[in-house]
Amino acid sequence: MSVLRADQLPLKNSNDVVLARQKVRQWAVDLRFSLVDQTKLVTAASELARNALDHGKGGQMKIESLVNGTKSGLRLIFEDQGPGIADIDQALKDGFTTGSGMGLGLGGSKRLVNEFSIESEVGKGTRITIARWK
Amino acid sequence: MERIPVLRMGSLLLITIQVDMHDKLALQLQDDVTQRISELGSTGVLIDISSLEIVDSFIGRMLANIAAMSRVLGADTVVVGMQPAVAITLVELGMSLPGVRTALSVEAGMELLFGALPGTQSGLGDERSQG
Repeated sequence: MSVLRADQLPLKNSNDVVLARQKVRQWAVDLRFSLVDQTKLVTAASELARNALDHGKGGQMKIESLVNGTKSGLRLIFEDQGPGIADIDQALKDGFTTGSGMGLGLGGSKRLVNEFSIESEVGKGTRITIARWK
Repeated sequence: MERIPVLRMGSLLLITIQVDMHDKLALQLQDDVTQRISELGSTGVLIDISSLEIVDSFIGRMLANIAAMSRVLGADTVVVGMQPAVAITLVELGMSLPGVRTALSVEAGMELLFGALPGTQSGLGDERSQG
């Protein structure tokens, strides 16, 4: 598997979440993802970007265009230096929330992509990596 | 300040969301709609989201909030024009917008609203399901 193209964006305010969505959309269009696949990936990106902002006090999104044999895909990495997630299993459950949301962000985003992983350390921050293949 | 226009059309409020909303803009819209309902005594709210390319949990919650707040203030809300890809994604995300009435088009949404209002044009919505 190789990375064809990579970029990154800061996530410092709610306008950055909009920019992140637009960038993911553009890259997904460039890879000729179907409209439904584009929409799923952009929606997952929106959830995770907002999480990084609201729970992680801001961070960044990295975007990578991948090729693996004949398959192409996009990988997104959301990093923050926030408080971290103490219980990842609990955080992935629908309806679990520490904020004012509906608690669909993490579990919901996981359902929208092909690959999903969380690394988190309490007091250090969180890194969530997702990928969707065409 | 950037704002989503809330138009008055008789007893209805008409909102067409045509921009990729950041979260503050979505919250502002919630405030504006409730303000306008109480100011104008509107009995129906029609929200056209046909230009929205995604609805994530935040925007979904905003739509549900507007429907709930409007109901408390005596107005019915119908969300119209959701794109199929958005509907697929929203349900997979885990959000089926309970408590929000929906219709495919502005026209169908109007029929729903007028059908729901006593003493206005009626009969139009009779052949279709009333949600």
